[in-house]
Amino acid sequence: MFESSLSALAARLAAKDVSSRELAQAWLDRIAALNPTINAFITVDPGRTLAEAAAADAMRGAGRAGALTGVPIAHKDIFCTDGWLTTCGSKMLSNFVAPYDAHVIQRFKAAGLPSLGKTNMDEFAMGSSNETSFYGAVKNPWDPTRVPGGSSGGAAASVAARLSPAATGTDTGGSIRQPAAFTGITGLKPTYGLVSRYGMIAFASSLDQAGPMAKSAEDCALLLNVMTGFDPNDSTSLDREKEDYARDLDRPLAGLRIGLPKEFFAEGLDGEVAAAVDTAVNELKKLGAIPVEISLANSRLAIPVYYVLGPAEASSNLSRFDGVRYGHRAPEYTDLNDMYAKTRAQGFGAEVKRRILIGTYVLSHGYYDAYYLQAQKIRRLIADDFSEAFKVCDVILGPTTPGTAFRIGENSDDPVRMYLNDLYTIPANLAGLPGMSLPCGFDSGGLPIGLQLVGNHFCEARMLNVAHQYQRATDWHSRMPTNL
Amino acid sequence: MKWETVIGLEVHTQLATQSKIFSGSSTAFGAAPNTQASAVDIALPGVLPVLNKGAVECAIRFGLAVGATLNRVNVFDRKNYFYPDLPKGYQISQLAKPIVEHGALKIVADGEEKTIRITRAHMEEDAGKSLHEDFHGMTGIDLNRAGTPLLEIVSEPDMRSSAEAVAYARALHTLVTWIGICDGNMQEGSFRVDANVSVRPVGQQEFGTRREIKNLNSFRFLQQAIDYEARWQIETLEDGGRIQQATVLFDPDTGETRMMRSKEEAHDYRYFPDPDLLPVRLDESWIEAVRAALPELPAAMQARFQREYGVSAYDAAVLTGSRALAAYFEAVAQKSGQPKLAANWVMGELTAALNRSELDIAQSPVSATQLGALISRIQDGTLSGKLARQVFEGLWEGAGEVDAIIAARGLTQMSDAGELETIVDAVLAANQKSVEEFRAGKEKAFNALVGQVMKASRGRANPAQVNDLLKTKLQ
Repeated sequence: MFESSLSALAARLAAKDVSSRELAQAWLDRIAALNPTINAFITVDPGRTLAEAAAADAMRGAGRAGALTGVPIAHKDIFCTDGWLTTCGSKMLSNFVAPYDAHVIQRFKAAGLPSLGKTNMDEFAMGSSNETSFYGAVKNPWDPTRVPGGSSGGAAASVAARLSPAATGTDTGGSIRQPAAFTGITGLKPTYGLVSRYGMIAFASSLDQAGPMAKSAEDCALLLNVMTGFDPNDSTSLDREKEDYARDLDRPLAGLRIGLPKEFFAEGLDGEVAAAVDTAVNELKKLGAIPVEISLANSRLAIPVYYVLGPAEASSNLSRFDGVRYGHRAPEYTDLNDMYAKTRAQGFGAEVKRRILIGTYVLSHGYYDAYYLQAQKIRRLIADDFSEAFKVCDVILGPTTPGTAFRIGENSDDPVRMYLNDLYTIPANLAGLPGMSLPCGFDSGGLPIGLQLVGNHFCEARMLNVAHQYQRATDWHSRMPTNL
Repeated sequence: MKWETVIGLEVHTQLATQSKIFSGSSTAFGAAPNTQASAVDIALPGVLPVLNKGAVECAIRFGLAVGATLNRVNVFDRKNYFYPDLPKGYQISQLAKPIVEHGALKIVADGEEKTIRITRAHMEEDAGKSLHEDFHGMTGIDLNRAGTPLLEIVSEPDMRSSAEAVAYARALHTLVTWIGICDGNMQEGSFRVDANVSVRPVGQQEFGTRREIKNLNSFRFLQQAIDYEARWQIETLEDGGRIQQATVLFDPDTGETRMMRSKEEAHDYRYFPDPDLLPVRLDESWIEAVRAALPELPAAMQARFQREYGVSAYDAAVLTGSRALAAYFEAVAQKSGQPKLAANWVMGELTAALNRSELDIAQSPVSATQLGALISRIQDGTLSGKLARQVFEGLWEGAGEVDAIIAARGLTQMSDAGELETIVDAVLAANQKSVEEFRAGKEKAFNALVGQVMKASRGRANPAQVNDLLKTKLQ
């Protein structure tokens, strides 16, 4: 059962073969047994989960079941969830019980998907290893001495370890795709604006986007059908006609032009990862795809641009955590400024502080033009490269990450080396494009390797089609860690 | 040395929208603390702003009313600073591209007309309130006001006296209430003025160093604060001191300004475009629809009053002090067909009575129709000015309509020549001394006789008729 696809679980629920309560209980039991090892969840609340599952069963009983009603999933602890502790992986919000549901949570609730709990994450989604969480590092289910990636590391690990059938994640610079790659699962970051950000605790508003993390492209398509849709509470939400992201899954790939950015296969890429991606390209060729070499020349500037713009927005977004209205407040202080200083010094971890400092610096008088404004210009150039590329290809393909999962602690003292992990994922965020990662093999150490697809705006259905056809031809996505 | 004061004003007007600029909460004043603060207003994690188009429309209305340029693409910026009543740790405002630029407003001060240039007006959100009393060493935070839409209107440093500054502030106050974008309630903080004041020797081109007086909430305080500040700056300079750029507060109790923070302590607000809000484009059809719905503006109405009703420029300015007053005047003028008399009565008797009772024109117990009817009775000779004032008192007290009051109180002018002659004869007989004095050449004695006749007639005699009759009798 833990291996079942979402549609298989939904079919069993529809056949009354199993109830949502029974499914939820089974996964809760598995979480209870394995989470102490993996640390994928920050909050598990069986009472609430079972109540939601009972409500889903009632929905089905009343004949109001949708495609996934009753299938339990896990939510990244970045989404405000009414009545649940919502920490964003930070001491700052370690006492914050959200009084409202994020738009994404509302959609899953309305569709009758019970929540299995809130997954661990890098603090305020700032990190690529899940080591910055106030709640401790998440272990990679394939090798507990290694990181699961981040920031949606808890979500990725929960799916990989089969602690949840699927999970929600968010992606600002690769936070869905990189952990998906490190844990051998499939994750998709949609076009910016497709999924409402309302209730999703902001890191970098112009880059943040929520998406599904699951065992397969097909599961991701079904979850995306629930997650997307216009939300008047988010001014950057796109008012588009609702589409079925599963509609093209079975489309043949004959004639598909896959763009291979030469910059993504250059220096810095691990040999085993390169080989696995090459093999995947050959597999797709067999399915009728035509490789095309393309260039994303400005993508080499993506990391510096991202580490100006992301921190700039974050420095402002995180100003609300001041100890005045909610969250952590220093127990002792002398005056207002001392309260702010102590509260924030105690409440934020080192990486968050680093980014607030960088962001404050690049927005400061006298530095704004040289950093922030310059980065915005380069962001435009990076987006223009993609526009050019999509004139000659339908989807862009490459490695998700330069290497496989690294050891816990390995990059902790070297932020820049840590940042390089997001080399291939950041450009899609800067351009607002959809990107996904799917498993395409293992390295010699048995660690999963991720293949990245980037599509043009609103080409999620086509990307999912490519991924699904690849997953029909391969079985990397159905492998699971055996050591648990 | 002769000094010149240079003043520029920044006025924060709360826009009269039902809901806040970035949330659906009510903007009504006076609710219990924090009862009008939603998840967005208190900046819970994850919430996002959604622009209230009504606030943009108010800004467009203002821009059109001051003949300004309207920026077609509007970007909102974040102004970052920490303060307990600023929940997000930043204020959403407009820095680089304000919606309104390059407007102008005409004022009349010390009898002179002058044009004050408006540099810009931008949309932003108000902060909450910090309450320092009643909390025993702590500070209470009320976020009801947080997110109330503001239009900050910035003038050029075009004013040269506190009188000009007050005239400009008043003209602006009239305009924003006139076009319905602000309720103008200064006590409740709907219209708050910051004054940038500097002084320089007369004839010097470059400006002196300015100090900004924050948050003046009455025209009187504006005047007092500028006068004090200018005097202080002049004395400081004459004593050989220097002015440091600073922000100061005016204390109404002492009538003095005192330093709040120096330029060195000024924040670096780290403005940048708010990524949560998309640029707002003003399309031409929107602007034209707003323009079409604009009422006739004070300046245009003043010109028309002078042209159509023959009132003076000064009277036209007074009569357009508010839209309600102007409408009242116009109704009286039309009802009576006597615009000049109407102007005199509205600005004179009516305004005095309203002021005595501290009433607004909208609350006047005497309607425009009633005052128009009263003036008609003056015009047709039924009432003298004096009698008319008595009728007005009756109207004010709610004693009924004009003709009913005249009939009930017997206030018509005497039209019966025989009745008047009887009174005149009696007065002449009783005042022989005055008659003799008059005949001896004392003109004053004649006036005394007129007065006696008027008195004897209880004011009902027509003074012109009395004059004629007395002259005939005394020849």
